[in-house]
Amino acid sequence: MTAETADPDPARRRWMSVLARAGAAEIEAGLAMCGPLPPHTVIRGPEGGLVMVRGRIGGGGGPFNLGEMTVTRCTVRTADGRVGHAYVAGRDARQAELAALTDALMQHPDWTDRLERTVVGPLAAVQEAAKADRAAKAAGTKVQFFAMQTTR
Amino acid sequence: MTDTLTPGFADPVADAQACFRAVLDALAHPGRIRPVPPVEAPAPLCPAAAAVVLTLVDHETPLWVDPAAAAASGWITFHTGAATGEQARAAFAFALTLPDLALLPAGSDEAPDNSATVIVQVQSLERGARFELSGPGLRESAPLAVEGLPTDFADRWAANHALFPRGVDLLLCTGNQVAALPRSVTVRNA
Repeated sequence: MTAETADPDPARRRWMSVLARAGAAEIEAGLAMCGPLPPHTVIRGPEGGLVMVRGRIGGGGGPFNLGEMTVTRCTVRTADGRVGHAYVAGRDARQAELAALTDALMQHPDWTDRLERTVVGPLAAVQEAAKADRAAKAAGTKVQFFAMQTTR
Repeated sequence: MTDTLTPGFADPVADAQACFRAVLDALAHPGRIRPVPPVEAPAPLCPAAAAVVLTLVDHETPLWVDPAAAAASGWITFHTGAATGEQARAAFAFALTLPDLALLPAGSDEAPDNSATVIVQVQSLERGARFELSGPGLRESAPLAVEGLPTDFADRWAANHALFPRGVDLLLCTGNQVAALPRSVTVRNA
């Protein structure tokens, strides 16, 4: 958190982030389009826990404990030994398991493109659109202090 | 990379509690052999050693892992979140053969609890060298047979016992069994 750490795998970081924000039903619908999935074993979880959220609040830039949030985590392994992890906000155990399974499959060359087309890509587009929509709404309420000064 | 990752306890809460109880019983009755819940242990760990590590070690307890067991350190780190570090600062030590007990923290007279608990994997708790245990928790001296400890174990243990109330505690694991030698116990060759 304190230092900028090198990102070992930006592509994986992206899909894990998309999956962590998606609902269980959305991931499930996407996976359903991929045909039968290979079997997997759950190594840990899905289990809930608390994570301390820290942020820079003051002007000094020092870390501050904002509060704890509920997080559900899960780790699965597919038959070929690839391990997928998921840490998702909230208590949706199904989402955590599906996200971990998708993470494991995304690391497999046979599955990467297929899942990118049916699961990660569409979910990323939906999330992007929602973010843009929210940003546009927020932009409409922005107060232009400079404009107020000139009208006075 | 993590191809060998296997699950921990089937029921993390209940199994860890049962295993904790077994370790507690073993420490309260030196030499008594207690069964622990099953775990699919990664090589070279035996199920009992894996169960005891999962039960006792967490992210707040620095762990030292015998280099001979390095193959399992990924599994241990994944499930416990423990920082594996140097021997001299370990709260727990895991080894396949008895390490030099003098190199592990023995605590201080003010805080004897700041000492290491050593988890050692042995070949058997039924065959092998025979010892006679006496001390707190034992009305009469109790027998213990261990295969897999060094031949001069009784002398090495005497040096550790002499530090009391300082000193390390020893957990012996094999198969799905655990036995314990707290620092308070006297060990004689039988």
